[in-house]
Amino acid sequence: MIAILEIVFRLALWLLVAPLLPGIINKVKAWVAGRQGPPVLQLYYDLARLWRKSVVMSTLASPGFVIGPAVAWVALVVAALLVPLGPAGGALSFKGDVLLLVYLLALARFCTSWAALETGSAFEGMGAAREVSYAVLTEAALITAILSLSVQTGSVMLSGMLSLSSGPGALLLAAGLFSVLLAENCRVPFDDPNTHLELTMIHEAMVLDHSGPLLAVVLHGAAVKLLLFAVLLSEAVLPLGRLPPLAAAGALAGSVGLVTVGVGLVESLLARFAFRRVPLLLTIAFLFCLFALVLAWIGGAR
Amino acid sequence: MNPTLNLLIGLAMGLNLLALGSSRLPAIIRTMAVQGVVLGLLPLVIEPAFGWVVALVAFVTVAVKGFVIPTLLRRAMRTANIEREIEPSIGFVPSLLLGALGTIAAVAVARALPLLPQDAGTLVVPGALASIFAGFVLLVGRVKAISQVCGFLILENGIYLFGMLLIRSTPLLVESGILLDLIVAVFVIGIIVDRIQRAFDSLDTRKLTALHE
Repeated sequence: MIAILEIVFRLALWLLVAPLLPGIINKVKAWVAGRQGPPVLQLYYDLARLWRKSVVMSTLASPGFVIGPAVAWVALVVAALLVPLGPAGGALSFKGDVLLLVYLLALARFCTSWAALETGSAFEGMGAAREVSYAVLTEAALITAILSLSVQTGSVMLSGMLSLSSGPGALLLAAGLFSVLLAENCRVPFDDPNTHLELTMIHEAMVLDHSGPLLAVVLHGAAVKLLLFAVLLSEAVLPLGRLPPLAAAGALAGSVGLVTVGVGLVESLLARFAFRRVPLLLTIAFLFCLFALVLAWIGGAR
Repeated sequence: MNPTLNLLIGLAMGLNLLALGSSRLPAIIRTMAVQGVVLGLLPLVIEPAFGWVVALVAFVTVAVKGFVIPTLLRRAMRTANIEREIEPSIGFVPSLLLGALGTIAAVAVARALPLLPQDAGTLVVPGALASIFAGFVLLVGRVKAISQVCGFLILENGIYLFGMLLIRSTPLLVESGILLDLIVAVFVIGIIVDRIQRAFDSLDTRKLTALHE
C-alpha cells in the first residue's frame, strides 16, 4: 500500500513540476532581453486550454497518429520514474534499469517520429529525419556517459551509479551531458523552439499537425524529458550520495534550477548553428563523454 | 603522481582536439599558442626545487611558443590574406575522431610501456604521443600552408613534452638550441608562405604538385 502511494506521489511530483521548467527558461530569456515575458506558469495554462479543445485529424492519418504521442508520453513518464530522486532513490529500481531508461527514451523518439510521418506532410517528414539523424550522435554520447558512470562506480543500477562522482571526469561529463540535454530537448544551438519557419525546425516541425489533447500530451512529454535530463545531469555531476538526505534533496533541486537557468542563458546568448555544423558539435559532446570514460578506466585500473 | 602536472597535460591534450576541430586559422594559431604556454609552464611544475635555470627555460619557452611564433604566423597570415580552411582533405569530424582515437591509443600504449616508476603515474608520455599524432593529422589533413605549420608546431610540442622526461639531464644549451631552430623554421616558413602566395595566388599546397612554368 505504502509502495503504491509512494509511486503515485512521485508520479504527481514529476508530472506537476515538469511544465515549470520551460516557464523558467522563457522567463530567463525575457529577463536577459529586458522584456516582461510570459508568466512562469504559462505552460500549465496552455496545457489546460489544449486539453479542452478537439482534435483535427488528417484524412491520411492511421491510428498511429493518436497512438504515437500517447505511447511516447507513457514511455517518457516511466523513464522518469526510473530515475532516482537523490536521497529517495528510484521508484522502480532493479539491476540493469539503466538499459531500460535508454530504450524507453528511444521508444518515445520512435513514436513521435512515427506520428509525424503519419500525417503525410513533407515538413514533418523532414523534421522526423533530422530528429533521428541527430539522435544517432546524442544517443552515442548518452550511452558513453552512462558507461563511464558504470565503470567508475562498478554498478549497473541508476541509483548506484548516480550517487557518487569525482574530479575532472565529472566536469567532462557535465559538459557532454549538457550538450546532450540541449540537443535531445531541441534547444538552441541545435534547434530553436521559437522558430516559425518549417524548413528549419526539428522537434516543432514534427508536431505541426497535432492539435488539442494530442499536442498537450506532446508538449507535456517534452517538458518531462527536459526535467529528466536536468535531473540526470545534476545527479551525474554532484556527489549526492555523500551528503545528508535533506542537503542532497536541496542540492538536487538547486542544481536542476541552475541547469534550467543555464539553458535559458544559452538560448539568449547563442544563435542556433547551421545544420552542417551540428554534427561537429555533437561529436564534441560525444568526445567529452568518451574522455570521461577513459578517465574512469585509467582511475579504475590503477 | 602529480595532479597539477596531469591537469596541465590534460589541458594540452584537449587543446590538440580543439586545433583539430576548428576551421578558422586564427583559432588554430591561438590554440597552438595556448598549448605552447601550458607546456612551457611544465618545467616549473615538474622540478620540485625552484632554480634559475628551470625558470629561465620556462620563461624562454613561454615567450617563444606563446608569443614570438604566433606573432610571426599571424603576420604571414595577414600578408597572405586568408582567414579559414575551406575544404580540408580530412574533414573536421573525421580528424576530430582520429585525434580522439589517437589520444586513447596513446594512453593505452603508454600503460604498456616499461616506464620509470616516477613517470608511470603521469600523463607525460600519453600527452606527448597524442600531441605528435594530432600534429601529424593536422599536417596531413589540411591543405593550407599555415594550418600545416600549426600541425608541425603541435607535433614539436609533443616532442618537447617527451623531452620533459629528461629535463634533469638535458643541458640548457640543447633546450635553447631547439627553440632557436624552431624560430628559424617558422621564419623560413613565413617567407615560403609569402612566396607561395605570390606565385599561385593561393595557399593551397595541392597546387604545388602541379607542373608550372
